Amino acid sequence: MSEKACQVLIIGGGPAGMSAARAALAGGAQVVLLEAGDALGGQFWRHLPESRKGGEEQVLHHKWRHFNTVQRELRDDPGCEVVLGAHVWAIERPDGGQAPAVHVMVGPPDGADREPRTYLPQSIIFATGGQERTLPFPGWDLPGVYTAGAAQALAKGERVAVGQRVLVAGAGPFLLPVVTSLIRTGATVIGVAEASGWKRLAKGWLSRPWELAATRSKAGELGGYLREMVHHRVPYRAGTTVIAAHGEESVESVTLARLDADWKPVPGTQRRVEVDAVCVSHGFVPRTELALTVGCTVDAHGFVVVDDQQRTSVENVFCAGELTGIGGVDLALAEGEIAGATAAGTQPRASVVKARNVFRAFAERLQTAHGIRPGWQTWPEPGTTLCRCEDVTVGEVREVAAATQARGLRSLKLTTRAGLGPCQGRTCGRNTEEILSSCGLLDPGRTARRPIAIPVRLGELAATTSSQREETP
Amino acid sequence: MAERGRVIVIGAGIIGAAIARSLVRGGSDVVVLDRGPSAGGTSSSGEGNLLVSDKGPGSELELMQRSLELWREIGPQLRDELPSGFPGLELEYKGGLVVATTEQGAQGLREFAAQQRTAGVLAEEVGEEQVRQLEPDLTRNYTSAVYYPQDAQVQPVIATESLLASARSGGAQVHQGVEVLGAVTSGSRITGVRTSNGDFLGDAVVVAAGPWSGQLAAKLGASLPVKPRRGTVMVTTRMPQRIQHKVYDADYVGAVGSGAADLQVSSVVESTAAGTVLIGSSRERRGFDDRIEARVLAALAAKALLLFPFLSDVAVMRAYGGFRPFMPDHLPVIGADPRVPGLWHATGHEGAGIGLSLATAEILTRELLETPGENPFRVDRPSLQPYLEEAA
Ligand SMILES: Cc1cc2nc3c(=O)[nH]c(=O)nc-3n(C[C@H](O)[C@H](O)[C@H](O)COP(=O)(O)OP(=O)(O)OC[C@H]3O[C@@H](n4cnc5c(N)ncnc54)[C@H](O)[C@@H]3O)c2cc1C
Repeated sequence: MSEKACQVLIIGGGPAGMSAARAALAGGAQVVLLEAGDALGGQFWRHLPESRKGGEEQVLHHKWRHFNTVQRELRDDPGCEVVLGAHVWAIERPDGGQAPAVHVMVGPPDGADREPRTYLPQSIIFATGGQERTLPFPGWDLPGVYTAGAAQALAKGERVAVGQRVLVAGAGPFLLPVVTSLIRTGATVIGVAEASGWKRLAKGWLSRPWELAATRSKAGELGGYLREMVHHRVPYRAGTTVIAAHGEESVESVTLARLDADWKPVPGTQRRVEVDAVCVSHGFVPRTELALTVGCTVDAHGFVVVDDQQRTSVENVFCAGELTGIGGVDLALAEGEIAGATAAGTQPRASVVKARNVFRAFAERLQTAHGIRPGWQTWPEPGTTLCRCEDVTVGEVREVAAATQARGLRSLKLTTRAGLGPCQGRTCGRNTEEILSSCGLLDPGRTARRPIAIPVRLGELAATTSSQREETP
Repeated sequence: MAERGRVIVIGAGIIGAAIARSLVRGGSDVVVLDRGPSAGGTSSSGEGNLLVSDKGPGSELELMQRSLELWREIGPQLRDELPSGFPGLELEYKGGLVVATTEQGAQGLREFAAQQRTAGVLAEEVGEEQVRQLEPDLTRNYTSAVYYPQDAQVQPVIATESLLASARSGGAQVHQGVEVLGAVTSGSRITGVRTSNGDFLGDAVVVAAGPWSGQLAAKLGASLPVKPRRGTVMVTTRMPQRIQHKVYDADYVGAVGSGAADLQVSSVVESTAAGTVLIGSSRERRGFDDRIEARVLAALAAKALLLFPFLSDVAVMRAYGGFRPFMPDHLPVIGADPRVPGLWHATGHEGAGIGLSLATAEILTRELLETPGENPFRVDRPSLQPYLEEAA
């Protein structure tokens, strides 16, 4: 196994990571950028493989040109090593004040001979992003119910529409680009259901409107999506959501209900709507396993706490992008730039610090207007699946918690099996914690801990040790 | 020294839980205190092996043999005591196969098995054909294999929570999130504990704080040489079952018996009910350093592949670890502390506390509620004396 020293190691090749790499290079640092996928760009700049380019990228992808420029710069800079297909499987908190050692397998995930590498960086920047959070409701595991992100990936990457009569439900402005992508692939979007009511939306978006002026580009972006929605006469309902999906083989209809301020369904407001696909997205959870393993402090929502320079609580460890809060691509770009510059030992530009602060305020508005409310816990029925991997229902989890009276997630995970499957609680972890919060949990946040960050084959693991003896099968 | 009154048990791991249940059944008024959640310490950080295969003749083996009898009895009892939705213990008598891969290892294994047989352990050396039958996918490069049909397993967290729930239904109070900070004394006698939640008074105080028992005992006025010995376990993704028993490499026996501080790895490989394969475990004295280290995982993987080469393509999805409560003379401490009247210990079970919990509770209850008898685990045994002085 090769051990490589480097100055600044960045994990994650989306907007935040690319921006960090560029700034660190500008600061004179020698940079390694690790990206698990086979291209830079992350979720935002998801694009077609070079060969299938349809010429529509400029339309489909905001700031596409900026992406191309940065990508070219990183590729051409001799001080920057971009490693694609780099899967960080473990990271270790070192003894002293150094940065952590990073263990990587390089190559396609199912390839036979991935190369094990260990990086020993001076500074490290986590830009591992977030993933969608889907709340469970009866029927959420039926075929035809997609996460909005999956639907958008199909639309953007494969140009495939998930259905003909599609309903988009959840919370947040991220529902809007999904609608746009669906429309462009030829789907009929029969409506958008935003769980937050007008009152909360107004509180988040309409208070102190002069501050929003600074986020013009953001507003412009969202405005574009809105115009397209209006143009296609897609109805938008606030304070409404899908509380059940129905169907035999796949989804055939959904129950919509009006929600109160806590996202509890208002009695008597339920109605059935026929659909052949539903896209849901209720929020985002940061991918924090690496940050948690090295000991970074997180807040009550699970986001990594950073200071003005994007420093975490761990020395020489920085975070940028959705790990620190959900604020969209502009915030990610600004945070990346600040983290990169600081990690390289330079001062970030004043203008980008200002931009970061503005977009951070925008992120707070997002949370105020669209943040998940506890009333969702009344949507599932006892038989509703909570953990898909291990097939554990909401009812089972509640019943076992009541029977054991345990106040520890570790115990409850092991007695219910929720979160023990292949996804290791990435999908259900937060939902499980909230369902169990009435137990008075003494170890909240625990479901996000994953010392093995991605599955790694035993043969690969064994090959990293020198004490391995030869075995002839 | 019958103390039938109120007993304070510190620690809601498997040892504290087993003791709480057994004392409640003996008529005591029991309060269990844990600074964290129940089953949040070592009892949820290991495996649930109930093994005779790794123990040579002596008092620990006898304690295990008694425990195995008690594990057989307790399944149906708990089913009666607990509500129907309570998860089952997953008690399984699957048997173990110890495999040596070197000539020297084979020699040692044969001798060890012969000694064990004199102590009533079923340990049968098995030939080529039977090994194939027992474990078709085992490496062909082994030099000797011994089959232990008595080895069993339990789900340790469910076991802990079941014992606690049973104790609760018998009247015990269990307080989670309450840390014991010191002793309440009357003269030289301990009459209660000071906690993060006020004082709790009792006629007896039992230290069952796992690897933290040394720190805790010191706060209560008695030294105890319990040290943490770190262990790491890996879990693979699900796959069709290809491993039928618990399979260990023969080094396991040596590692369990040794007290060395540096990394020792000996594999225990088995399939779980969920379809995953569990690969344990390492032994290392690193204080309370809770890192999961890549070099340890690599060593575990390499050892597991020596037993089952086919595992090479199977992915590990999870790793976890904890601290075994290690005793320098390799025996748990169970009984009254003659240095502090009213203070009792039930700790230091190292890598076998799940298995030994039931018989431990039986001894402690007998000593506490009836008359103390012959007890090889007492605190003032000669083998522990030098360490007690050193720890003081
Ligand atoms: C990797 C590994 C594998 C293992 N495999 C096996 C196996 O296969 N079979 C087997 O039998 N054993 C196994 N063991 C050993 C077994 O897990 C332990 O022997 C057993 O769990 C010890 O139980 P306990 O109740 O003494 O300790 P714990 O479960 O640690 O409980 C002690 C409790 O005391 C509490 N506490 C500590 N200090 C205080 C305080 N001041 N105030 C209040 N509360 C306090 C803690 O919070 C904790 O909950 C393994 C251990 C490890 C680490």
